[in-house]
Amino acid sequence: MIRLESVGIRFPAKNQDIEVLSGISLDLKDASFTVVIGESGCGKTTLLNLIAGFEKPTSGRLTIDGKPILGPGVDRGVVFQDDALLPWQTVKENVAFGLQLAGKNNAERDVIATQYLKLTGLEAHADYPIWKISGGMRQRVGLARALAVDPRFLLLDEPLGALDALTRARMQEHLLNVWQLSGKGMLMITHSVEEALFLATDLVLLRARPGRIESIRQLEFGRRFTDGESPRSIKSSREFVELREQILQELLTQEVELV
Amino acid sequence: MSKQITELSMTELLNTHTATESITQTSAPAHNQLRRLQHWSSLLSDRVYSVITFALLLLIWSGISVLKLVPELFLPSPLSVLRKLISVADEGFVDATLLAHAATSVARVLVALIIAISTAVPIGISIGLNRYARAMIDPLIDFYRPIPPLAYLPLIVIWFGIGEASKIILIFLAVFAPIAIATVQGVRRVDQSRIRASLSLGASRWQLIRYVILPSAAPDILTGVRIGLGVGWSTLVAAELIAATRGLGFMIQSAAQFLVTDVVVMGIIVIAVIAFVFEWGLRQLQKKLVPWDET
Repeated sequence: MIRLESVGIRFPAKNQDIEVLSGISLDLKDASFTVVIGESGCGKTTLLNLIAGFEKPTSGRLTIDGKPILGPGVDRGVVFQDDALLPWQTVKENVAFGLQLAGKNNAERDVIATQYLKLTGLEAHADYPIWKISGGMRQRVGLARALAVDPRFLLLDEPLGALDALTRARMQEHLLNVWQLSGKGMLMITHSVEEALFLATDLVLLRARPGRIESIRQLEFGRRFTDGESPRSIKSSREFVELREQILQELLTQEVELV
Repeated sequence: MSKQITELSMTELLNTHTATESITQTSAPAHNQLRRLQHWSSLLSDRVYSVITFALLLLIWSGISVLKLVPELFLPSPLSVLRKLISVADEGFVDATLLAHAATSVARVLVALIIAISTAVPIGISIGLNRYARAMIDPLIDFYRPIPPLAYLPLIVIWFGIGEASKIILIFLAVFAPIAIATVQGVRRVDQSRIRASLSLGASRWQLIRYVILPSAAPDILTGVRIGLGVGWSTLVAAELIAATRGLGFMIQSAAQFLVTDVVVMGIIVIAVIAFVFEWGLRQLQKKLVPWDET
């Protein structure tokens, strides 16, 4: 479990430090799918960067399984909005990159990489150069690469933000399947309310200036999909639509308050 | 409520539709073909124009020679330059054949280039990654880079004598700066999330440099090598001012002293052709090594 205890972070600015996040207390449970949503500038990505270890908090404590988080590590895999892949490597070499860094030999790498290429439906494109595949496939390579080193948690920073609507819907279903098959704890940042509702078991709503937690909701829509219900029927169900409107309303009033 | 739902699915359907449409539009084979065609036609016309320029230049040159507008001593005819090329290649000039002169010059430039690459790339990487290294080395490069090699040539002769070392050091100094500067730029341009992703995959600092930063900077480094090579060739003639007995630059200077203008012109053309071949080779290498780089 990843635990955040009254975590805050300030960035130095010209006149006065900017308080980006304040008093964030949050548990990311194993095998849960936590989705963070909020207006732009509420510190969503900073929150993910703190958990990934790319930034250090100015107050509070972050731990994974009781041990403090001091920097990036293989126990927390990260998938970025821009794929952050290595263009000089093939799809398979990218997926195996973490294994290469860990000093695994070619045969081991090959076996594990092939397994994750299958999980993400990329085995037919294993030997393609990265710059020749589509945006949706690149994101799946990023996902497979992060999964291949077998992290405890997977952190996804708006991974579907740059995709078109159709690919995005497919990737959401794909993420839920991967989540169920791998049993990893997930943390995802998104702008889309519908996406957040569909994927989350724990939906965290952030408010801005300073970034703080407004509410945490427990949801079941993702489970309904992995139990076999069709995405269309889930997304058009009464509870889903009502909750979506409610959350959109909350986000909109925040914006209005600011103006 | 049900009306709202149908409305929603309608907009969703619409979205999906436009998305598929945009996909088909961009990946349509007709579109690709058109682009390829445009590419080819532009490439063809560019080549044609380049050839026309050279042909025109040669024509004017021949015209001047045929009409004897300028004495042969100042501007030898293209034909006599060609004849000289054959005779120097065959019998040699100032105790060496053209091939020997060219080989000596190419060797000097290549040795200087190899030393420059193997020092400028590591130094450039450390400047790009470490602000102390940057604060220490950056001003040095900025200081000596604008000085013309001919200005510090005497000092190098005083320090290192008139042997082969001085010539290579002179070329090395000229080649070093552009490669180091290009490397620094390449290192600074490495995508932040690429570095973060690799750290999350467990990369150590050394692995980060070896597997992420160096290959990411490779396109810029290769551009630096291309620029450096150009500078290297222009420094060559200066380097061969120092008590050389062989080399294209030496050959041109000796010829100039005896007013053998056709050898001078021939030497210039040979240097130009060799430099062009190197430049072309590096471009091909760049295309092959870094096909993802669009520049």
